[in-house]
Amino acid sequence: MAASDYDVAVVGGGLVGVATAWGLAREGCRVVVLDEGDRAVRASRGNFALVWVQSKGLGLPQYAGWTIRSSNAWGGFAQTLKEETGLDVSFQRPGGFHLALSEKELEGRANILKRLHNQPGIVDYKTEIMNRSQVAKMLPDIGPEVVGGSFCPLDGHVNSLRLFRTLHTAVKARGVSYLPSHRVETIIKEGGEFRLATAQGEIRAGKVALAAGNANMRLAPMVGLEAPMRPERGQIVVTERLRPFLIHPVVTLRQTDEGTVMIGDSKEESTDPAGLTLGVSATEAERAVRLFPLLANVNVVRTWSAIRVMTQDGFPIYDESKTHPGAFTVCCHSGVTLAANHALTVAPMIARGALDASLVAPFSARRFHVQAVG
Amino acid sequence: MTKASDLASSYDLVVIGGGPAGLAAAALAARAGLSTVLFDENPGVGGQIYRAITSSPVKDRAILGVDFWVGAELAAEAKASGALIVNGATVWSLDPTRLVGVSIAGQARLIQASRVIIATGALERPFPIPGWTLPGVMSAGGAQTALKAQGLVPSGRTVMAGGGPLLWLLAAQILRAGGKLDAILDTTPRTNWLRAFAHLPDFVLSPYFSKGLKLLREVRAKVRVIRVDRLEAVGDDKLREVVYGAAGGERRMPADLLLLHQGIVPNVNLAIAAGVTHAWNERQLSFEPVLDENFNSSVHGIAVAGDGAGIAGGTAAAERGRIAAVAAVRALRPEASMPDTQAIRQRLQREEMGRVFLDWLNRPADSFRRPKGDTIVCRCEEVTAGQVRYTANMGCEGPNQMKAFLRCGMGPCQGRLCGLTVTELIAAERRTTPAEVGYFRLRPPVKPITLAELASLPIAETERKAVER
Amino acid sequence: MFKRLVDAGVAVAITVDGKRVAARVGDTVATAMIAAGIDHCRTTPVTGAPRAPYCLMGVCFECLVTVDGVGSRQGCLVPVSEGMAVETQTGKREAGR
Repeated sequence: MAASDYDVAVVGGGLVGVATAWGLAREGCRVVVLDEGDRAVRASRGNFALVWVQSKGLGLPQYAGWTIRSSNAWGGFAQTLKEETGLDVSFQRPGGFHLALSEKELEGRANILKRLHNQPGIVDYKTEIMNRSQVAKMLPDIGPEVVGGSFCPLDGHVNSLRLFRTLHTAVKARGVSYLPSHRVETIIKEGGEFRLATAQGEIRAGKVALAAGNANMRLAPMVGLEAPMRPERGQIVVTERLRPFLIHPVVTLRQTDEGTVMIGDSKEESTDPAGLTLGVSATEAERAVRLFPLLANVNVVRTWSAIRVMTQDGFPIYDESKTHPGAFTVCCHSGVTLAANHALTVAPMIARGALDASLVAPFSARRFHVQAVG
Repeated sequence: MTKASDLASSYDLVVIGGGPAGLAAAALAARAGLSTVLFDENPGVGGQIYRAITSSPVKDRAILGVDFWVGAELAAEAKASGALIVNGATVWSLDPTRLVGVSIAGQARLIQASRVIIATGALERPFPIPGWTLPGVMSAGGAQTALKAQGLVPSGRTVMAGGGPLLWLLAAQILRAGGKLDAILDTTPRTNWLRAFAHLPDFVLSPYFSKGLKLLREVRAKVRVIRVDRLEAVGDDKLREVVYGAAGGERRMPADLLLLHQGIVPNVNLAIAAGVTHAWNERQLSFEPVLDENFNSSVHGIAVAGDGAGIAGGTAAAERGRIAAVAAVRALRPEASMPDTQAIRQRLQREEMGRVFLDWLNRPADSFRRPKGDTIVCRCEEVTAGQVRYTANMGCEGPNQMKAFLRCGMGPCQGRLCGLTVTELIAAERRTTPAEVGYFRLRPPVKPITLAELASLPIAETERKAVER
Repeated sequence: MFKRLVDAGVAVAITVDGKRVAARVGDTVATAMIAAGIDHCRTTPVTGAPRAPYCLMGVCFECLVTVDGVGSRQGCLVPVSEGMAVETQTGKREAGR
């Protein structure tokens, strides 16, 4: 083992990968992050930056508890990052909204929340259905078509691009080796260590953490793991910088600390990150103007299009390999919300060499087989 | 005035840009019977080289020179051709299916084109020196536009700095208009002659030769020209003085206006957003679309003509526009009679002959393309050269990751004034080439449109379902 | 900084921050401001630094101003018209304006 170049090789340099790498480095591990190049399909450059709790956990109640754990850890996590890098990721938790533009939408919303919170074993967290006048007290700029919404005080947001930069800055400061243009082609375990083949040469490490997003689907089977994914494309519309007008993030619309307004969140079955469906952007814009009519004349300066990291059931996968001890998967859609967990909870488990079943057992990919049989 | 609602839902040919390439292309195609619309963002046609050709208040033809006024013929031809010419029309989207997003007076439309000719021309190469964002510092092209279109001549203490044909042309035009120049600070390295020399014979035979010499003599007779290797604009709220390094020493010169120019580069934003493959041109130090002999791009039905296809000048641009238009007509109306493209190609070749020499001779110095320290690179987001260099060394390999980390290129100009600088800085820090580093990924809208305009576009049921859940 | 070579154009009266500016037919908002000797047209939304028109051809976005109540218009692409009210823009734009 001592012959290995690194204690842990983290595959993937996106938010999940660098958050995990940072946590590992804090545990004293020698860490390398293997990443793709500038044109990598990268969800971290196109995410919506919510640290979001409401609606999480329908179908897997333990996911709600896992999300709340991260949400609660986020403040301290952001503070530590600031102390280490001088960069403020602007984490705020003012509570967030899901707004409805029709009675039907509001009813659908209420139903989802009822089903979510009626699940046995779900941790109790408050999400309140509000009528129009209740919403208007907190969001005075809503348009006449807004009939109401749901509000959860635990919801927040962050500047996710700055988080991305901050984590990269922090891992560098902690001596983590970051190797871009090192796409991992194969992984084998030999002589007690993992050998990761890249076009730039072989990297050896005692352990390996797969944090490569949708590419985990390809990599996991190499080390006796699995990551069934169903990537989908999301588009975001971004406006010019505006003076602050919106304190609370809405699940489809938020104002960043820099002043820009981000508008989402679409889902299309596509794996082409370069493409853009104009009609989808138009729908996002149309709904944004109906939610907040004062945005009508605001300029759109960019659109983003990115491929969501999405497991087949939408919930995270944290696993350790039975056949290749020392190999782990860290795979999820909510790389921002769960960043604090990945850095502060999952990374220490990997450093110790074993996942803590009391925390992450429900998120093993074995659940897909249970369902298949059942 | 044509309104967005007046437009047909489809045209045989959509030409984007009303400079020489666009005007020549539209005229030829419309005459050959293609339903043709030309969209141009400016209040009048002419592009930048023939700016305000139909409306310039500068009536003394000697001031702007004969090469300017030849544009009048192009504009007249296009007007008479039957092509619909729409000014004040901003094209903000183009996709590989040739769906064109255009905004006119705050109203957006999507227009289907059978063929598209992108003729968006050139813009000035970024000139990132310390203080270049100060009021009182302007691009030479900007000052030339104000002279052509509004008859504005610099007054007060005026300094020009940089290099390239446009700088000298503007100097001559300002002088002819009765303006005064305190100095021209020439930033072109003397060593450029070494690379340029081999191409001198071609240049001597080209139309640029005698014109260029005459222009240099005209300007040098009236203005002090100083060769400099360092340049800085200094001031608090606006430009107060120009600081420059020459012959080993530092000098200061009080100034009210500093006009900067170090050449022009293709305006690539729309073509890149449309998915057109681009490649690095090491001689011209810029990205340009990869095109065939008819200026067709890698995207079927989309051609790029004019300086947007690589810098070759206004006369060449018109010939390129004609060749691209002939190809469009042949594809859609093979029965139409077409001019002899052999003759057009010969004229184009003659125009391009002297270009290689000019490119090498006027190649801007590395230090003026790759700034250091606190010099602002991205004007919109106020990102400095030092930040870009530091982040490149952190392992940030390319402009797209750089954009995510530092926001450079994320402002309203969408990288037009920093893209090349960012690419070159990353290449320098990582000891690789700009070709290897690549350019910003661009998506529509390539020019800002309002949320209301975006919201007004047609939406299919599946597209609505992708958002409403 | 600039003077008019031919001052014979038809006058167009606009206001900039409430003050009358004598523009000419053929001016854009940006060139009318330059001709009137107005130093800067906005301050940036990032650091508040003053900026003036730079390229005058629609690519640099330095000449963003509020025209007749609509913010962030490119002054170099908007022709002046009689009675037009132009405001310099300070920092970030206000939503709804």
